[in-house]
Amino acid sequence: MDDLNAPPAPLPLDDPARRRFFGKLGAICGSIVGFIVAIPSIVFLLGLRKASQEWRSLGSADLFRVGETKLVSFLDPSPLPWAGVTARTAAWLRREDDGTFIAFSVNCTHLGCPVRWLPGAKLFMCPCHGGVYFGNGAVASGPPPAPLPTYPVRLRDGNVEILTTPLPISGK
Amino acid sequence: MRGAGMRLWLWFDDLIGCSAALGPVMTHLVPRAKKTRWFYVLGSATLIVFLVQVFTGIALSSAYVAGSGQAYESLRFITQNHLGRILRGIHDIGASAMIILIGLHAIRVYLMGSYKYPRQMNWLTGAGLLLFTILMAFTGQLLRWDQNGFWTAVVAAEQAGKVPVIGRWLARFLLAGDTAGGATLSRFFAAHVFFVPACIFAFLGLHLYLVLHNGISEPPKAGEPVDPRTYRRWYRRLLERDGIPFWPDAGWRDLFFGMLVVIVIVVLAIVIGPAKLGKPPDPTIVQASPRPDWYFLWYFALLTLTPKWSERWVIVLGPLVFGLFLILLPLVAPKGERSPLRRPWSILVVVSIVGVIGYYTHMGFLAPWAPRLDAEPLPAQVVGAAGASVAAGAQLFHDKGCEYCHQIAGYGGIRGPDLTYVGDRLTADEIETRIFSGAANMPSYTKILTPAELKDLLAFLASRRRLTAAMPPP
Repeated sequence: MDDLNAPPAPLPLDDPARRRFFGKLGAICGSIVGFIVAIPSIVFLLGLRKASQEWRSLGSADLFRVGETKLVSFLDPSPLPWAGVTARTAAWLRREDDGTFIAFSVNCTHLGCPVRWLPGAKLFMCPCHGGVYFGNGAVASGPPPAPLPTYPVRLRDGNVEILTTPLPISGK
Repeated sequence: MRGAGMRLWLWFDDLIGCSAALGPVMTHLVPRAKKTRWFYVLGSATLIVFLVQVFTGIALSSAYVAGSGQAYESLRFITQNHLGRILRGIHDIGASAMIILIGLHAIRVYLMGSYKYPRQMNWLTGAGLLLFTILMAFTGQLLRWDQNGFWTAVVAAEQAGKVPVIGRWLARFLLAGDTAGGATLSRFFAAHVFFVPACIFAFLGLHLYLVLHNGISEPPKAGEPVDPRTYRRWYRRLLERDGIPFWPDAGWRDLFFGMLVVIVIVVLAIVIGPAKLGKPPDPTIVQASPRPDWYFLWYFALLTLTPKWSERWVIVLGPLVFGLFLILLPLVAPKGERSPLRRPWSILVVVSIVGVIGYYTHMGFLAPWAPRLDAEPLPAQVVGAAGASVAAGAQLFHDKGCEYCHQIAGYGGIRGPDLTYVGDRLTADEIETRIFSGAANMPSYTKILTPAELKDLLAFLASRRRLTAAMPPP
């Protein structure tokens, strides 16, 4: 039984140069197959869509009272048809006076958790690790390394518009 | 009938060579483990639970929709089905079991010094399997794609962003773009069901092959150090003298223990069920308190409780140092004593790691640093009837956010000191100083309180005394 399964003894070999050539040829063929499949796959995997920045309308300026900080939601810079609710993004918008608006990111600069505006205290507070920001976005206390980022906002024909921005990554 | 079945098997076995190939594998000799024999079942139990994860994972993936917009609804659909709920439960609790078992297995191998010659590669492939298991646990909790899953992706990107040089690129790579959205979930799904499992199968194959190639380690004996020059010959003699066939003499224990583990997983899955789905993954719902699953809670807690200046180092260097320890261990110490009795520091290492993880897991559940943003205003019986100023101050205590971090009579957060009897400890002037100066984890309220508000708040806080608490004034 064992003898039947054992490989046959190798024949005496001749022409080692020819065998080396075929060995190399086989290796090259295999590498070519690997490369032409792997390169497009890897490039596709690493290829990241660069989102364009878009102005999105938040509605009429009359919707916002001076001094009030409101949560606004709008479509993110790169909505995909299958993104569903995740295509939306949010910001804290405050009307400073008649003509000036300021919009803060909802993402804490510590680890990105969503900060909440406390209207009574006029503070932003993060539920994850207790980071606190003053009304102007400056760090008040806790772990955040940087102030809350702001989004560009403009007034157009009585409408408030916000410029979409990539998720702020606070690391360097 | 039995004769016919046997004949059929012999015909089949002759054609595919099953007994010829697997027979020697199944009956290869292993050392007698005597008192420690039940310690050798942890690795195979991890493998059995991994197979459970593969089966339930395939079943779940037949109904899961890997799209950012629909994954949440498809999971609700799966969970509403009775068997779907149980399958999710098995997969969820199986993930926890895998983490526990692979951890115990690694501890067993480390304490018994089984990573020494000639099994260094067994250890290194095992370290790879540990890393992949952690990646599976992380991507798996994210695929739940409820509010917690969504914010896990964001937090992961922010943490990746703290890696030097390539941080920003890494963060965008994880999110598959500039924001967490449509493309993000597909990426984690591909990692969880194709990429990482493929790595696990490859490393698992190598790991099992190495167990056969090098033989399972014998129980260590103090005073019998490993000498690479003589070990293989010595091990061979040991097997010839006193080895037992792996199957069934030792292997039955692996299947028996594996069965117990799987029964516990299934019973828990039926009784407790899977992790509950949170709110939908809508980035505009800011009423969120993202928390990782229990196996990452300790890391989450560690990041909070380390000093601010060291945080970046802990995020980046922590995993790096642990990874280097796993890689260097068998390369630096490939020979010598294996018994933990002669390597007391190995016990110290295990106790420290388990202690640190246990302590920070406990802190993670307690989350003393997290403000209680759902705290309600203090009820009237706590405030007491001590005048309009005190009542107004109590309302301010809630509205200005004090209560989210400070507790009074059991209401409120525990980030800052308990203020139930602050009036006994501090004068009104001292309280005012603290409110104005703030602290590392408390904002300064200088610009937030009007003089009238400050007066009311101070009146309220100064009235928090044992006396007033015990006997409300008439």
